Amino acid sequence: MSGLLKLKTAAELRQTYLRHEMFPTIFCDGCGLGNVLNYTLWALDELQLDLDRTVFVSGIGCSSRLSGYVNADGMHTTHGRALAFASGIKAAQPDLNVIVFTGDGDGSGIGGNHLLHTIRRNMDLTVILVNNFTYGMTGGQAAPTTPIDSFSTTTPYGNIEYPLDICALAQTLGAPYVARWMINQPYPPIKSIAQGIQKRGFALIEMLVPCPTAYGRRNGLKQLETIWQWYREHTILIDDYEHIMHFGSPEERAALHDTIKIGVFQDCERESFEARWATLVEQVKL
Amino acid sequence: MSTHRDRLRQAMGDKVQFVQGDDACAYGAILAGCTFFAGYPITPATEVAERMAEILPKIEGCYIQMEDEIASMGAIVGASWTGVKTMTATSGPGFSLMQENLGYAIMTETPCVIVNVQRSGPSTGQPTLGAYGDMMQARWGTHGDHEIIMLCPASVQEAMELTIVAFNLAEAYRTPVLVFIDGELGHMRERLVIPEDDEFELVERTCATSREGYRPFAAGENLVPAFAPFGAGFRTYVTGLTHNEAGLPRSASAPIHDQLVRRLADKILRNTDQIIRYEEFGAEECEIAIIAYGITARACRDVVEEGRQRGLKVGLLRLITIWPFPDEVVARWAARVQAILVPEMNLGQIVHPIREAVAGRCPVMLQSKIGGELHTPTELSEALEELRCQVC
Repeated sequence: MSGLLKLKTAAELRQTYLRHEMFPTIFCDGCGLGNVLNYTLWALDELQLDLDRTVFVSGIGCSSRLSGYVNADGMHTTHGRALAFASGIKAAQPDLNVIVFTGDGDGSGIGGNHLLHTIRRNMDLTVILVNNFTYGMTGGQAAPTTPIDSFSTTTPYGNIEYPLDICALAQTLGAPYVARWMINQPYPPIKSIAQGIQKRGFALIEMLVPCPTAYGRRNGLKQLETIWQWYREHTILIDDYEHIMHFGSPEERAALHDTIKIGVFQDCERESFEARWATLVEQVKL
Repeated sequence: MSTHRDRLRQAMGDKVQFVQGDDACAYGAILAGCTFFAGYPITPATEVAERMAEILPKIEGCYIQMEDEIASMGAIVGASWTGVKTMTATSGPGFSLMQENLGYAIMTETPCVIVNVQRSGPSTGQPTLGAYGDMMQARWGTHGDHEIIMLCPASVQEAMELTIVAFNLAEAYRTPVLVFIDGELGHMRERLVIPEDDEFELVERTCATSREGYRPFAAGENLVPAFAPFGAGFRTYVTGLTHNEAGLPRSASAPIHDQLVRRLADKILRNTDQIIRYEEFGAEECEIAIIAYGITARACRDVVEEGRQRGLKVGLLRLITIWPFPDEVVARWAARVQAILVPEMNLGQIVHPIREAVAGRCPVMLQSKIGGELHTPTELSEALEELRCQVC
């Protein structure tokens, strides 16, 4: 990432990569989606990715609006189905870079089955899944990721369901690149997004972002300082986590019970669907 | 050195074959230039996917088996935006699952073809038997105001020919087109002759030529915008939200919504003369008419021919294009016959737009048959006779 030394200014980035007529964004004050967009642009710039050959695909929800803000081909599809559309684009035209923006509800709730099978198939997609613990666009209902006991408009007495660990799922399914970051640190997610784009195969970057408006205010997390403090206290780097789980006291281990691990969980090679299809075609074509 | 078209023919095999309706749909797609198929197994449509899985890698296309029909429909829409011709195939339950993304294809003006080899419902129903229970779901299944194009072949040969036509219409009007057969026709084997390239027409979508001032959803007089495939540098934003001519979301604007949705409907409704196909037998000196479609129309044809040999004034209007509905053709028949018989392999679906078009000019009798068996010529003759006694 030596290129970080010659990064464009924020103004230059905006000028180069954004679809200006789409602004202002729909995002609320304190929302973390702008940061995710910003980090994505840094990564695109770092790689000098050809935007004419890059398609941004998304489903429905706040995070799925991100595809429209980048000045490239974009496809804002139906709720939960971004990976199906993206798979069609990539399988039909493997030379294109296909980057998917999705949310926790979109990508792991209604779209959970597509997530499972797109990883299993190892489509060469980069998926930036933004997790804000809630269905934000519809006003803050419980999602598959909503922490247990927390409040939402559809869990007015507290959430009785267990949240889904999306990265653990992706790791188990064999995704060649899996990472999770919080937006309070810019450089690790920028690096992960760039690595994900370069990975030939399925790359999942889960971004934890605050949603003060729909989720935070029902859970004592309305003020930005409080929210960011909550994330600092409730996240732990995977290396630190492993260290404590191996060498910590029972009390230290127990304290990690509700902690969300961040970091790069998986980074390996696995031949993609597109590569395997190309090999098959070479064998059987007339 | 063999050409690409030669390779297509080689991949399909002999020029004359004894194959199923499902195979014929696959062959039609290949002849039309389809290079991308996404699907999910379902009786009685699975053979379409099987043929495509076998042929597409041979011609350097792409076959992908998705996790369900929702994903299949999504994948063919995504692939179509790279500029290739795409298809999926399914049956009733799968077609139900496709409805939302079918609407997305209509809203985003994405050319693609969907084959539905119908079986009975509701729900799982009779998976291995034919029915025509999705005729109205095809018209109204996806939410919101829209038009749809649907073709209904009656033979294996026609299943292939109309699949080619379906691709042409999809490309011409930038819209999804439905080819509806049924489990009987899908699994029935008949002689199929693969036509030469000069025996049929192929239509390609009109592509944008200049990035300068390009507006992806601005249409000229024909109401169909020029297409710019992903990856060509046009940087198009495609959304299922109500959008302006630049493709940008304008979901709170009444005039933009009104203009967009009316244009999407009008680009089909103003071209019905190009889209609507039908066949007439015994139209002259006809007192009792049968209006039928799909495999049912074949027994009707026999009954009409046999009846006319016996001196009965009977005729058959076989509908090939079901949607947009050929109101004027039906109205013309209604104006000169005494009564109309509508045999359907459902509890009465297309009889409704027929009655609307007939507008009381003559009695319309529905002859429903469900359970998986076809109307027999005897049943049809008896129904005709009953109707004749009533009105003549």
